Amino acid sequence: MSEIRVSALRYVYGQGTPFEKIAIDDVNVTIPSGQFVGIIGHTGSGKSTFIQHLNGLLRPHGGTVCLDGADIFRSKEATLAARFQVGLVFQYPEYQLFEETCAKDIAFGPGNMGLPPEEIHNRVLEAAHFAGVPEEALDQSPLDLSGGQKRRVAIAGVIAMRPGVLVLDEPTAGLDPAGRQSILRNIRDYHAATGATVILVTHDMDEIARLADRLLVFSQGKLVMDGTPGEVFSRDEALTALHLAVPSATAIAGALRRRGVPLPEGIFTLEQLEAAILTCRREGAPC
Amino acid sequence: MLKDITLGQYFPGNTIVHRLDPRTKLLLTLLYIVTLFVANEAPASYLVLLAALGGMIALSRIPPRTMLRGLKPLVIIIAFTAVLNIFYTPGTPIFTLGFLHPTWEGLAHAAFMMLRILMLVCGTFLLTYTTSPIALTDGLEQMLSPLKKVRFPVHELSMIMSIALRFIPILVEETDKIMSAQKARGADFETGGLLKRARAMVPLLVPLFVSAFRRADELAVAMECRCYHGGEGRTRLKQLHMSGRDAGAFLAGAALLAGLIALRRLGL
Ligand SMILES: Nc1ncnc2c1ncn2[C@@H]1O[C@H](COP(=O)(O)OP(=O)(O)O)[C@@H](O)[C@H]1O
Ligand SMILES: [Mg+2]
Repeated sequence: MSEIRVSALRYVYGQGTPFEKIAIDDVNVTIPSGQFVGIIGHTGSGKSTFIQHLNGLLRPHGGTVCLDGADIFRSKEATLAARFQVGLVFQYPEYQLFEETCAKDIAFGPGNMGLPPEEIHNRVLEAAHFAGVPEEALDQSPLDLSGGQKRRVAIAGVIAMRPGVLVLDEPTAGLDPAGRQSILRNIRDYHAATGATVILVTHDMDEIARLADRLLVFSQGKLVMDGTPGEVFSRDEALTALHLAVPSATAIAGALRRRGVPLPEGIFTLEQLEAAILTCRREGAPC
Repeated sequence: MLKDITLGQYFPGNTIVHRLDPRTKLLLTLLYIVTLFVANEAPASYLVLLAALGGMIALSRIPPRTMLRGLKPLVIIIAFTAVLNIFYTPGTPIFTLGFLHPTWEGLAHAAFMMLRILMLVCGTFLLTYTTSPIALTDGLEQMLSPLKKVRFPVHELSMIMSIALRFIPILVEETDKIMSAQKARGADFETGGLLKRARAMVPLLVPLFVSAFRRADELAVAMECRCYHGGEGRTRLKQLHMSGRDAGAFLAGAALLAGLIALRRLGL
């Protein structure tokens, strides 16, 4: 169980200086255990700042963050426990690798938890499997791997703590399409296998429409939409106003509908679009 | 947390102090520092020096609070110097406590010493607050350019300096990021003994060095792609030139110096 409850959250960068910037403004949200949550929003909307509160890296200037009903800042121990329970993968995590071998780097988190060596060893293997790190890479130096593989090692380093909540900040940024697909598949499999909550920050609307149970939309530090992908992506004017796109399948379905093809609402993935068009044809509509 | 370092931070502005030629500001700051050390330790001389500094700060519109915030890291050094002076200056003792005998002369000396350090630091802050790092290094390069005659690598040094200055904020930001990322895996940078803390720095320093070298490499390639080949025949986007403003500043500086020499003659 790992329920996250965020209330009246507020965070200001550079408080008391001429460069003050309100990054998070009155955000309220509850994320029940096991949900797959997507966070979308324009660059600078506060997504990265928001997720750094979930494991207590940033201390809010207002409001609270509760994990299973208890404030994560109630004591130093509680904050440390939150670090392990809410695993946070930063953007471009490959730049934090520091050990001589990948296995040692993945073991850093479990080591900090004070686990016995054989337990750490098991977790390294398990995490490498979930993150798609090939076994022969474990004894190599992280510096010798490709960018995509480094990123997998970094993700494994967080998964190895077996967090009840896995938070990833744009894990596919800067990867090629195949690498992107395969990392997302790994994340989905991890979610399915462990039942952990997954919170995924992304700009890829096509993917998040397919993966998420729920979408949070940020704009200028505020949570402006909160609903299923269906609810959020049906408000395409509102999204466009926030400089966000709808998934390409939704855009295509909309364009076809405007040309008189009787497609239903609520199409977010290419599979749904394909099925809807085929149904249309079978019913003899003009496609 | 690392962002709190304000030492040497530039505050953009368009006041007369900002618009002075960087060479003028460098020379006058140097003059001010020398003056601080040769001025009489007497109230009148220090009042004049303080007034000059206060006037410049007012002209530059740098909020006095910002100035004082920059002094924070130096409080301990200043206090330490002052205490030493109180005890080690010979003269009339205030009281005697064992081997400790603070003196009135020491107290006065310490007060002047403190003022002197404060004015020195504020004076140099004024320079770095009102002059962009690039302008500063440009000014330095121009001032040192006669040394090129003796094969001193003036341009290279100033290029190294501008690049270093340019990269400090980037590295600070990077340090912040890597620290957060390791903390997210339970790293602890704040508690424990010296050895434990030194060991805790490894996960921070290794990635930091790796990325610093990567950045240096990328920068070198980018510079070569734009045909950088050293200072030879290189022209500037922003030419430095002295104006009436600078002449005025030098006159004011000379007046200050003359005034202080006169006060010294009078023993004030
Ligand atoms: N370390 C920082 N110092 C000052 N301002 C920051 C810092 N990090 C982010 N900001 C500012 O806070 C706002 C939100 O940033 P961020 O949370 O990174 O947004 P996102 O991840 O959605 O792109 C932006 O305006 C950004 O400029
Ligand atoms: Mg971000």
